[in-house]
Amino acid sequence: MMQGVLHQVISGIATGGIYASVALALVMIYQATHHVNFAQGEMATFSTYIALTLINIGLPYWIAFIGAVAISFAIGVAIERILMRPMENAPVLASVGVFVGLLLIINSLSGWLFDYTIKQFPSPFGSGTPLFGGYVSSHELGSTAVTLIVLIAVYMFFRHTRLGLGMRAAAFNPVSARLVGIQVGWMLALGWGLAAAIGAIAGMMVAPIVFLDPNMMAGILLYAFAGALLGGIDSPLGAVLGGFAVGIIENLMGAYVVGTELKLSVALIIIVCVLVVKPSGLLGRKVTSRV
Amino acid sequence: MLAPPKVPSPPNVPALPNVPALPNVPALLDVKGLRAGYGETQVLHGIDFAVAHGGVSALLGANGAGKTTTLRAICGMLRRSGDIRLDGARIDASATEDIVRRGVAHVPDGRGTFLELTVEENLRLGAYTRPADEARADIMRMFGYFPRLEQRLRQQAGTLSGGEQQMLAIARALVLRPRLLLLDEPSFGLAPLIIAEIFVILRRIRAEEGVGMLLVEQNASIALDFADQAYLLETGRIVVAGPAEDIRRDEAVRRSYLGY
Amino acid sequence: MRATPALAALVLIVLVAAAFLFSDYHLFQLTMVVVYAIAILGMTMLTGFNGQISLGHGAFYAIGAYTTGVLMTAWDVPYWATLPAAAVVCAGFGFLIGLPALRLGGLYLALTTFALAVAVPQVLKYKSFEQWTGGVQGLVIDKPDPPFGLPLSPDQWLYLFTLAIGAAIFLLVWNLARGRIGRAMMAIRDHALAAEAMGINIALLKTRTFAASAMCTGVAGSLSAIAIQFVAPDSFTVFVSITLFVGLVVGGVASIPGALFGAVFIEFIPNLADQVSKAAPGAVYGVILIACMYVMPSGVGGALARLVRRVARPGRRVG
Repeated sequence: MMQGVLHQVISGIATGGIYASVALALVMIYQATHHVNFAQGEMATFSTYIALTLINIGLPYWIAFIGAVAISFAIGVAIERILMRPMENAPVLASVGVFVGLLLIINSLSGWLFDYTIKQFPSPFGSGTPLFGGYVSSHELGSTAVTLIVLIAVYMFFRHTRLGLGMRAAAFNPVSARLVGIQVGWMLALGWGLAAAIGAIAGMMVAPIVFLDPNMMAGILLYAFAGALLGGIDSPLGAVLGGFAVGIIENLMGAYVVGTELKLSVALIIIVCVLVVKPSGLLGRKVTSRV
Repeated sequence: MLAPPKVPSPPNVPALPNVPALPNVPALLDVKGLRAGYGETQVLHGIDFAVAHGGVSALLGANGAGKTTTLRAICGMLRRSGDIRLDGARIDASATEDIVRRGVAHVPDGRGTFLELTVEENLRLGAYTRPADEARADIMRMFGYFPRLEQRLRQQAGTLSGGEQQMLAIARALVLRPRLLLLDEPSFGLAPLIIAEIFVILRRIRAEEGVGMLLVEQNASIALDFADQAYLLETGRIVVAGPAEDIRRDEAVRRSYLGY
Repeated sequence: MRATPALAALVLIVLVAAAFLFSDYHLFQLTMVVVYAIAILGMTMLTGFNGQISLGHGAFYAIGAYTTGVLMTAWDVPYWATLPAAAVVCAGFGFLIGLPALRLGGLYLALTTFALAVAVPQVLKYKSFEQWTGGVQGLVIDKPDPPFGLPLSPDQWLYLFTLAIGAAIFLLVWNLARGRIGRAMMAIRDHALAAEAMGINIALLKTRTFAASAMCTGVAGSLSAIAIQFVAPDSFTVFVSITLFVGLVVGGVASIPGALFGAVFIEFIPNLADQVSKAAPGAVYGVILIACMYVMPSGVGGALARLVRRVARPGRRVG
């Protein structure tokens, strides 16, 4: 019994890593722009298709990987500069409308350009299950490692580089950021680019497990939202921890409590309960309003 | 929108002659006919003033006169029209980031501190436009003026006292080695002792850095003590202009416009 | 606006006349427009007037539809009697969700309601409920016949019935908006702290608004079940919530007439997109949506309101 639980937990950590990456991408855009990018999942799926295309024309996996990440970065920057910039002064709900439109466009484009059949996506880590007594597949281990590397790299970028500091400043206080010479518009674009790149990596890590089709990321996006909410949508660390937590909860619920049919609902209900107790999430900042 | 009411001249007070520009010396900041506003509301109705190289000009007036609007207009933070020249070069159509890079540092009302970041990160942001090798030295220089900041480097800026936040805001502005420093009500909300301390430091900065300053203040006495030139703003128009010393000495002007 | 009652009456007359001018299929589309308008109106109350963002109203839509479906198939309840029942059930659920919603604001509420809406199809498919909900296959509902032997086709009757209910609900909401409660709701939206200081019981009003909003959208769901004659879990995916939200935003979030415009958009634009591009209709729809947001960020209702203001006050010069 204990071994079963351990297996579910470890498996949960592996999928949780993916949720954590997407949650991080969501939080990054939220922190920079105070908007939730509802199209994040579709962008990640599209990036994965790009990677598959690069692999299919003969590029070795890791070259295709880097290519897809770079292209996704560029697409993210382009979307912010072209699509979101005019919405700067629009009401919030109008921006959400644009996000929904973006979601529909990218989803539709994925289906149109790459067709709707389910495709296989290769894993660079092989398909064996040799580790920890056969409880963890090599892909799960590899993707968790990749996720952790990405998260640490992002953390280092924000804490220790001038550009990272500039992005944080632009997000916290765009007016003051301009007063120290930061070009806030480009910081937003950079945030979008980074988020798109992270999404691409998450997509490429999850595709070998769930197979690639235009709606691949829909469920994952939801779990990522849940993770970001659970951790606190204004806390990158919280989003990451939240993502891992959701992965573990989902697996345990599915295996031991309600079966796979209802595990999504139950995971969501748990999150709602947490939010009722602590509305800003586990690590979120409590917003006290001064009268 | 109704035309704003005419500003009545107080009886028996000869208006001091407007000093449009300092004679024979090109100004650091030369502003002519500045109009600015928010949305459909016009706040400034065409004002002229100047700051000399290494000099201090004070912009005085009551709440709502348009003092903060003036500083924001210089920095391009709102829609404005007019002739604004920094060392002869026009900046009235430039974006904020470009104006900053030309050497204008603005300490905004409310201080504009990055509250969620540490003191050190705030200072590093001040050095954002400086070359990397000089940034460190620029920040170290600040500790000479504000030793308290060095003690609180790793502290979150939001937890500093009001006076310390003001010092941090000024330090952040100075780190970028500006030619012109814009100060928006540095005395606001601070105890008299702290205000005095800050102005002592401002005097030192003026002497040692040679930076020109445009000082906006509601506290007229302390501003007139510090400044060379003074301009009085009332509902978007300059009603009195001249050397600070003269205005300080003129009891009638002081009583009618400055209330003391 | 003084012209509003006259304008509304005119619109109503045109809509009633439509019952005798269009074919059955077009009448079905018009019926769905009215249904969507009622559903969106529920969100207008909650989000537009009261400032609580819900991305999960599809859940109430589904609950209303299923209440009608279950009552009609399991207990032979006449179709018109299921409406009050659905209203009560949805109001109850709305109140239940409104309670924890008090603690969540803005974005958190939006995402949480979104998450709950996603859970709906799964719950509806759950095996233990199958005997009532009909599981994955869903429930089939009989089309109602016109009463009293009126010389109308069933589609015409259904359209007029839905229109009558819709007109009544619009009138109720319009009265609410103009009255004390409506003003209190908007006060909470604009400045909750000040509203509380003026003695408005925020918690009570917000949960009640949630309940009223759920009731409205739930009744719309009921009407949709009767019109479509079929309910199944996969008809109520999160896409319904997204669609209703799009209707709300395109129509104008705080605009009552906007709800009707939004409904027209979500009923007809997908068909239009399909005609433009068989291969990527979603993309066309998305482009049209984004274009609308650029041109009319406050929705059709907002754009109309601005137009009216400019016409009503000519020549206002800026000093």
